[in-house]
Amino acid sequence: MTSPILEMRGITKEFPGVKALADVNLVVNRGDIHAICGENGAGKSTLMKVLSGVYPHGTYSGDIVFEGETAKFGNIRQSEAAGIVIIHQELALIPELSIAENIFLGNETAKRGIIDWGRANREAIDLLARVGLRENPLTPVKNLGIGKQQLVEIAKALSKKVKLLILDEPTAALNDDDSQHLLALLEGLKEKGITSIMISHKLNEIEQIADEITIIRDGQSIETLSVADGGVDEDRIIRGMVGRDLENRFPDHTPSIGEVLFEVRDWTVMHPQDSHREVIRQANLSVRAGEIVGIAGMMGAGRTELARSIFGRSYGSRTTGSLLLDGEELTLNTVTAAIDAGIAYVSEDRKGLGLNLIDDIKTSVTAAALKKLRSGLVVDEHKEVVVAEGYRKNLNIKAPSITAGVGKLSGGNQQKVVLSKWMYTDPKLLILDEPTRGIDVGAKYEIYGIIQELASSGRGVLVISSELPELLGLCDRIYTLAEGVITHEFDRSEATQESLMRYMTADARK
Amino acid sequence: MNALLNTLRGNVRQYGMIIALAAIVILFQITTDGVLLKPLNVSNLVVQNAQILILAIGMVIVIVARHIDLSVGSVAAFVGAASAIMMTQYDFPWWLAVFLGLLIGTAIGAWHGFWVAYVGIPAFIVTLASMLLFRGLTLVVLKGATVGGLPEEFKAIGNGFLPEIGPDTGFHNLTMIIAVAAVAVLIVLEVRRRSAQAAYNFDVLPFPLFVVKLALLTIVIMYFAYLLADARGLPIVGLILGGLIVVYTFIMNKTVFGRHVYAIGGNVDAATMSGVNTKRVDFLVMMNMGLLSGLAGLVTTARLTAANPKAGVNFELDAIAAAFIGGAAVTGGVGTVIGAIIGGLVMGVLNNGMSLLGVSIDWQQAIKGLVLLLAVAFDVWNKRRTAGSGGAGAEAAEPSAPPPDKLAEEIEAMEAELSVDSNDPPKT
Repeated sequence: MTSPILEMRGITKEFPGVKALADVNLVVNRGDIHAICGENGAGKSTLMKVLSGVYPHGTYSGDIVFEGETAKFGNIRQSEAAGIVIIHQELALIPELSIAENIFLGNETAKRGIIDWGRANREAIDLLARVGLRENPLTPVKNLGIGKQQLVEIAKALSKKVKLLILDEPTAALNDDDSQHLLALLEGLKEKGITSIMISHKLNEIEQIADEITIIRDGQSIETLSVADGGVDEDRIIRGMVGRDLENRFPDHTPSIGEVLFEVRDWTVMHPQDSHREVIRQANLSVRAGEIVGIAGMMGAGRTELARSIFGRSYGSRTTGSLLLDGEELTLNTVTAAIDAGIAYVSEDRKGLGLNLIDDIKTSVTAAALKKLRSGLVVDEHKEVVVAEGYRKNLNIKAPSITAGVGKLSGGNQQKVVLSKWMYTDPKLLILDEPTRGIDVGAKYEIYGIIQELASSGRGVLVISSELPELLGLCDRIYTLAEGVITHEFDRSEATQESLMRYMTADARK
Repeated sequence: MNALLNTLRGNVRQYGMIIALAAIVILFQITTDGVLLKPLNVSNLVVQNAQILILAIGMVIVIVARHIDLSVGSVAAFVGAASAIMMTQYDFPWWLAVFLGLLIGTAIGAWHGFWVAYVGIPAFIVTLASMLLFRGLTLVVLKGATVGGLPEEFKAIGNGFLPEIGPDTGFHNLTMIIAVAAVAVLIVLEVRRRSAQAAYNFDVLPFPLFVVKLALLTIVIMYFAYLLADARGLPIVGLILGGLIVVYTFIMNKTVFGRHVYAIGGNVDAATMSGVNTKRVDFLVMMNMGLLSGLAGLVTTARLTAANPKAGVNFELDAIAAAFIGGAAVTGGVGTVIGAIIGGLVMGVLNNGMSLLGVSIDWQQAIKGLVLLLAVAFDVWNKRRTAGSGGAGAEAAEPSAPPPDKLAEEIEAMEAELSVDSNDPPKT
């Protein structure tokens, strides 16, 4: 009964400069629902990519034993042929195609290249019945809600004769009813002998459904808890997820906090495509001059959405609520208006939204404040060099010169360029979204120093981060965000990783 | 020696197309027994290709901004037709017809800009529609016939040459004077730029190479001027074209607007998040293309001395090819006005050289197609080889010249200003 279907032994996966997984061990018993828990960036998704062949055999070290045989998957097709199917958080369905077309995409019921649609549709009906989805297989997927799309994904997995089903955050985008339906379906599949691995931030669901829980932290497998043995509750899981010491990774800083600088009141934001879906609900927060305020939340909680909706409504639709800066109400309908009002936003997506990677350092540094460089018709390139050179020295941007392309800099130096860009706009409030993501320890320390100096100069700083130690080390106050709702406000002195995690995983919509 | 080789290798990307152009010129100079660079032929080369080069300037800007404009040939034909009708049937003075022609072109460009920037329809679709629309309207306006009998002053725009001044030297004096002035300005600008770059410790061309480069540029310009002066002097379209090259290079390299075009082409989301009004930039870029299409239409009509319903066919393809041969990237963000001009000249010299050799028009098409493919393949290969070493944006901006000692002071002052510690104390 409890023979393992999968064993991953000593998996180590390195990316240039980063060890994403270090000696990870995972044993999954046949017929179990096995949960994997860990903070954002702990290495859960990387581990699943190793397992499913996204990172082919040879790019990692360690062994994968599946069904008693050592597996050497070179790509996803091979792992699927063996019976391992992964369903990603972002669904891989093609909206314009029908349910049946999606189910058999890449796996068509064809004879000599010609698809037998009759057979495909009959099989699709069977598969849909197995996942409890009563829809015509000819319906385009775009007409289905997100919960039903998830079921189509599972039906697609079943069509591939799945033995081990991996679900990455399957309920993150689902409402309660859909989530419960999905969890019931997983239990049903379990009874039919299909093993599942489920990655989830929703600890209550894990507690409800999982047989075993493996906790991953900082790229290492910490422990595997068996629910049958008892004693496993949310607190126990959280302890495993965050159990790490706060090292001395932050420069000394004595905050000097003034009056309230910036306030967000009753801020509600709807999804840009689905204007009935609340992404942020009735958020209230404030930042004082000289204060560093943190926002803690799991991925998908709406952190970036909150920040971008404040920054000139660059996210969302039907945004309501008010923003006050220095006691004056602001109307910020464009990014330009937000910048002019004195707000800066450093995006989490450095390469997508922060930088033009084919540009050099000096044009990147001045990109958001070219107005300040204009003299008559032209950009004052002399002044531009002086400005960029000043920031290069001041923030210690390591590059041969300011004409170096930003695409070739390391993550830390790219981030310093982005910070320079926003510092040059002379903002009153800086919103920093994952300011140290993908940055090595040394550069992190420097960036913490920059953030602290910005606060010391009387600016307000709002920091969004997935790393709780970072928030605890840096911030004077921390808000927790769960499912678009601000669930709690902590003073630095009262916050701990455990207490933050509890409010981050709270069921906020009840 | 190795260092020299490395420098040369590093500059291959920048100068690759110039070298290719030189190679093509030399090839045809040999195979045509020296006819290619005969004064009269060079003069013809400029006059015959002016409209494509004018369009290439606008097109490269459109492509840098990650769009395309397929309508330029039809718009050029329409503007030419409209202005010809104004002059012949309504007796408008030539200057008024020119002005209104440019206005019509700009208005058509604004129409494109509206759909592309504010409605969000891809430029490919919008301008494909206009390609059909304005080809049709051209036929309507001309009633399917060729309209000639244009004023002499108007025809001079396409066929005229600068007037002669001073004593009879056997050469066109004004042309030589302009050339000498251009070389002088060029040398002053290059020297100033180099010293400024050196002051900032940027990589500069080693001094001997720099001298060689300037000498080569001088020789090329003076020889070119000598050839023109030996024939009929500088064509008026040549002067117009020279002016456009200077103005648009300036706009793309030195102004906020130019920066914004490169920014939205390189990463439109990052540009939006930096406060660039991307819609306005898109609108202006498309509108400018309309203006230049109008100008190209006037030049073509003037050169052909008549408005023709079939004028401007395939202009868009030549202009797009010129921009890509000149190093513009399909994905946007990369490309220069000078590059597009060189690309246009490559096409022009190919046309002219093959015609001189008696290659039939069908083979000319085929060969030009292959040249386009090879040129872009070379560029892709070259980019992959020197991956990430700056783009056009990197080349686009070079500092003007502050004296070195002043620079150090200013950087210090700037540092003091930037040091966040020394800023205003926090409000209490």
